[in-house]
Amino acid sequence: MLEIIYQFISQNVLLPITTLLLPVDYQAQALTVLQTVVKILSILVPVLLTVAYFTYFERKVIGFIQGRIGPNRVGFFGFSLWGLGQPIADAVKLIVKEIIVPTGSNRALFIMAPILSLAPSLAAWAVIPFDDTKVLANINAGLLYVLALTSLAVYGVIIAGWASNSKYAFLGAMRSAAQIVAYEIAMGFALVGVLVAAGSLNLGDIVNSQSGSVIHWFWIPLFPLFVIYFISGLAETNRAPFDVAEGESEIVAGFHVEYGGMAFSVFFMAEYANMILIAVLSALMFCGGWLSPFQGIPGLEDLFSWVPPMFWLLAKTSFFMFLFLWFRATFPRYRYDQIMRLGWKVFIPITIVWLVVVSALVVTNTPPWFN
Amino acid sequence: MANKIKNYVTSLFLWELLKGLRLTGKYLFKRKITVQYPEEKTPQSHRFRGLHALRRYPNGEERCIACKLCEAVCPAVAITIESEARDDGSRRTTKYDIDLTKCIFCGFCEESCPVDSIVETRIFEYHGEKRSDLLMTKPRLLEIGDMVEKQLAEDRAKDALYR
Repeated sequence: MLEIIYQFISQNVLLPITTLLLPVDYQAQALTVLQTVVKILSILVPVLLTVAYFTYFERKVIGFIQGRIGPNRVGFFGFSLWGLGQPIADAVKLIVKEIIVPTGSNRALFIMAPILSLAPSLAAWAVIPFDDTKVLANINAGLLYVLALTSLAVYGVIIAGWASNSKYAFLGAMRSAAQIVAYEIAMGFALVGVLVAAGSLNLGDIVNSQSGSVIHWFWIPLFPLFVIYFISGLAETNRAPFDVAEGESEIVAGFHVEYGGMAFSVFFMAEYANMILIAVLSALMFCGGWLSPFQGIPGLEDLFSWVPPMFWLLAKTSFFMFLFLWFRATFPRYRYDQIMRLGWKVFIPITIVWLVVVSALVVTNTPPWFN
Repeated sequence: MANKIKNYVTSLFLWELLKGLRLTGKYLFKRKITVQYPEEKTPQSHRFRGLHALRRYPNGEERCIACKLCEAVCPAVAITIESEARDDGSRRTTKYDIDLTKCIFCGFCEESCPVDSIVETRIFEYHGEKRSDLLMTKPRLLEIGDMVEKQLAEDRAKDALYR
């Protein structure tokens, strides 16, 4: 389906544009560039739409857990449609609002910070494989690239806190920097576990090495790393229960107190894009990515063979995204010293111990995963 | 010692956190209790204290005798009363003002009134577009009283049992 649309656009829109407008020498290169742009858009537009509707579902899910209904008024053309128009209305409101740059702030950095925090979380999508063939950049060091880009997001937060010239923003930035550094290590170790188990840094290869059935997925041999990866992901994205960087009750809104309008909403989008990214990565690395959960079960495998593989990836991702919301509705915020203790004194030792275990499993070719 | 180990193991396996998740997971599917306000409304007590009104006797005579008890009891000093003798010799108010921007809706004026004249109605959906809209005068209070007299009489009859 998606291939057909892509081929259609490529043949009927991009090809005529290049052939008509450009000299013959540059046509081939220009076509490649345009095709890549179309591919990038076909990833980014759905991601940003998901971000918008993720905020809606967050309000709905948390509302439901608290015995409320959540947004249900804003709709389209006079129909309320369970409040599905809410994210659009929010976006319009935020775009229309004025962006106030505080007098004492460092203007250039103040403007740059939101961009710096959103860009890496979108750029990381380049290496995410949506199924065996659908990947924008099939690079070998995909895992490393993802790790590098997710760590880069902390600069946006630090620069925002510093450039705002406000003590609350600065405190928030400091907290978040220390927190992200602490959890980066545990997360890195969890990824090393995946790397050892799959024997590859390419995300597509990692998924393919999990094929077989549900029990072949890495969530069983790497279970502690899976849990630690997801919890570190919560900490990394500054989500509840690790949201001391925002800390509404003590430092107002943390690093983005001074931001308003679209500048604020770019931070907001970055946070949600990061959450979705962590959810996708958890699905890819530990839950078999696009592999069907019915693989290897005689009757059901054929029964569900018509389902596109991408559906399974999206379903798994949605589940992890729901977990983010569920956790936020359930857990109170950790105290700062507890966060540090959990990161340094619990997660890092456990990951190191489990790395040894995984290595032993791999070396001994333990079935069913590593034979 | 055994207790310590038990604590250690339960915290390692996130047992308490999973229990919390199970509870919130249950609430996710519980019936929602939100009242969709403009379409649905919560039931009101007959003792509801909303907008004020001045009542009349069935023959059309206003109840207020200008005793100024309400003015004296009002903790927010929101009531201002001036009175004069009428032609027939009875004492009546010439001015009965309630400043709704001061009023705290405690209901003391209603309690203190010996003739059940000043009352608080069940009306709570009102607004003022200017400040003066929230300064109630005697004619406006009487008008509100006339409007909801039936309801007021019913509510007072219901409450009489407990007085």
